[in-house]
Amino acid sequence: MSSRRQAEGSPADGRRAGVDLQAVTKRFGEVTAVDGVTLAVPAGELFSLVGPSGCGKTTLLRLVAGLEWASSGRVRIGGRDMTSVPAHRRPVNLVFQHYALFPHLTVAENVAFGLRYREGSRPRRAEAAGRVAAALGLVRLDGLDRRYPHQLSGGQRPRVALARALALEPQVLLLDEPLAALDQELRQAMQLELKRLQRTVGITFLLVTHDQQEALALSDRVAVMSQGRIEQVGTPLEIFEHPETAFVATFTGAANLWDAEVLGAAGEGRLRVRLAAGLELEVPAPLPAAAPEAPLLLAVRPEKLTLRAGAPPAAAGTDLAGMAALPVTVEEGIYQGARTVWLVRDAAGERRVVHQPSPAGPARGAPATGLQPGSPALLCWDPRHSVLLRR
Amino acid sequence: MAEGSERDGGAAAARRRPAAGDRGAPAGAGWGTMALALPAWLVLGLFFLLPLVLMLGVSGAERGVYGGLRPIGDLAAYLRSGAFLASYRQSLQALYLGIAWRSLWMAALTTGLCLAIGFPAAYALALHVPRRRRGLLLGLVVVPLWTSFLIRTYAWMFILRSEGLLNHLLLSTGLASRPLPMLYTGPAVIVGLVYGELPFMILPLYAALERLDRTLLEAAADLGAGRGAVVRRVTVPLALPGLVAGVVLVFVPSLGQFVVSDLLGGAHTMLLGNLIQNQFAVARNQPFGAALAFELTAAVLLLLGAGARLGGAGRKTEGATVGGRRAEGWDLL
Repeated sequence: MSSRRQAEGSPADGRRAGVDLQAVTKRFGEVTAVDGVTLAVPAGELFSLVGPSGCGKTTLLRLVAGLEWASSGRVRIGGRDMTSVPAHRRPVNLVFQHYALFPHLTVAENVAFGLRYREGSRPRRAEAAGRVAAALGLVRLDGLDRRYPHQLSGGQRPRVALARALALEPQVLLLDEPLAALDQELRQAMQLELKRLQRTVGITFLLVTHDQQEALALSDRVAVMSQGRIEQVGTPLEIFEHPETAFVATFTGAANLWDAEVLGAAGEGRLRVRLAAGLELEVPAPLPAAAPEAPLLLAVRPEKLTLRAGAPPAAAGTDLAGMAALPVTVEEGIYQGARTVWLVRDAAGERRVVHQPSPAGPARGAPATGLQPGSPALLCWDPRHSVLLRR
Repeated sequence: MAEGSERDGGAAAARRRPAAGDRGAPAGAGWGTMALALPAWLVLGLFFLLPLVLMLGVSGAERGVYGGLRPIGDLAAYLRSGAFLASYRQSLQALYLGIAWRSLWMAALTTGLCLAIGFPAAYALALHVPRRRRGLLLGLVVVPLWTSFLIRTYAWMFILRSEGLLNHLLLSTGLASRPLPMLYTGPAVIVGLVYGELPFMILPLYAALERLDRTLLEAAADLGAGRGAVVRRVTVPLALPGLVAGVVLVFVPSLGQFVVSDLLGGAHTMLLGNLIQNQFAVARNQPFGAALAFELTAAVLLLLGAGARLGGAGRKTEGATVGGRRAEGWDLL
């Protein structure tokens, strides 16, 4: 991707910069919003900070923007230390959550707002007009430059905010939940738009979102945050398929977690573990550093589980095909169209969640799965789909 | 005779009132709408239009020998003679124009000083003071208004006079070797006016600034604007309705003020307010006083009209800012 950008001669060549955070902490009185975060955002990437509300992701973004001062730690942008540089002198621009468009200025005036403060020469009027037009063209908003923000539609406002920030040719574009205020359909269209925009301009985008799907769909890389700390950094695939902590596994999709005890190594990259339910499994071990005796969790995503109706065998075990199987009792089936969500309870009384494609049953009536609330069933999965997590 | 003129005035007001009502009701509005507007028109007519018309009538009469008004025998002949304009002609004499000019610039200076003090105060109050301390500080702005303005102005006399608090302080600290003459000077009047009017500048400004979306200020900083530029390009334009309201609320009363200049000013600080008051209370020249008062009212209305025009342009953008919601500052006009 990066080579393609260069081939296109993207305008960002030479002003691409990453963001480097070193042990950054931000306290608000008693509350520690950001707790010793060290993070390297590589230049030219679309990087997402994702986490539940209150996890400190927006504070982290504001620390990069210069709208908050770090209590300790260092903030570097493009290799230069910006820790004590005020917001208006940092080579970054922020797209605010509710866009913060100046209501008393037209679209063109909004986009031109910062041009006169750019370092070096203040652009001439004609040049500024050209920049405004170029920025508006970039976000496909030509012809609206004389409107006021309140005259714009919901889909046009984020574009103006993007154009206003991009007109200043920042080294890094910061986006604070830029799509959260949009409805579903518009949000998906804007996600594609954001991705296209990032490829066009080629600069680093640092995006904050609480929507894990948005983060996975958009990003080159994702950092999952919880309680002011970074839980895991990786590509969307790594984050989703190989979560390292229970929090990441749960946050990226309701995961089913079991306490697991390591029994020992079982061939290349595999560990033999025993679940509290008595089931013994051989599972992939992506944590070479994890001491065998460390308490671990075993996670399986709902969509990797299957439910089989019928009388359960006497005990948990693996069947002939090597599938793990646990006896459970069906509690409820929630039909959601393409999929059905099953809530089941295992022998220990823990609730498990199973996502299954809705069966292509008879045209009318209940699908013929044989699963009824209260009926016994077997919860099965391929052990290779198990993920071992630190506790 | 005063009674005669009063009756005339009353009749004129009675004739005008329905006409004004017609103009006020939008075309096509039913009787119900007009009935609802009636109390408002009644109040306006009784307490604003009627006195105005009375004043207009008095200003056209001639002073009686012992004060009061001289009876007019033949109204038509009186009108033809042009004598009803005598008081207005008198008001154009250089002496009175000088007083009008002094009133104007003193009111302008008062407004400017109130703005210079009030804007930073309102800004700090709305944007920097922690929320829990705001109530107390706002209360301190308002508390003086609970005491009579007259008493507070007398207090200033105690502060400013030769043996007053301020001179005592200056002498005891050695900053002055003998008491400075402060009371009965122009600056004393300005101090009194600014002191009295300041809350009326701070409050509308505070209301406007308090509603300001702070992320707009952050956005401006993020886009490269330094502190001054943020205030100039974002804060002030968005607080404009409150600013105009404050200017009007300070300027108009300052223009007609006579208590402050009477108590704190000397012979050289006579303002229009004093002049008018003198015509009724001392010189017993009611027609001249009424003419001056009418001119002052007309001037204020003209200025307000100009302000509303200016604000009309502002309102267009303000309408833009809050999606057509009328800016609260204008409701004060």
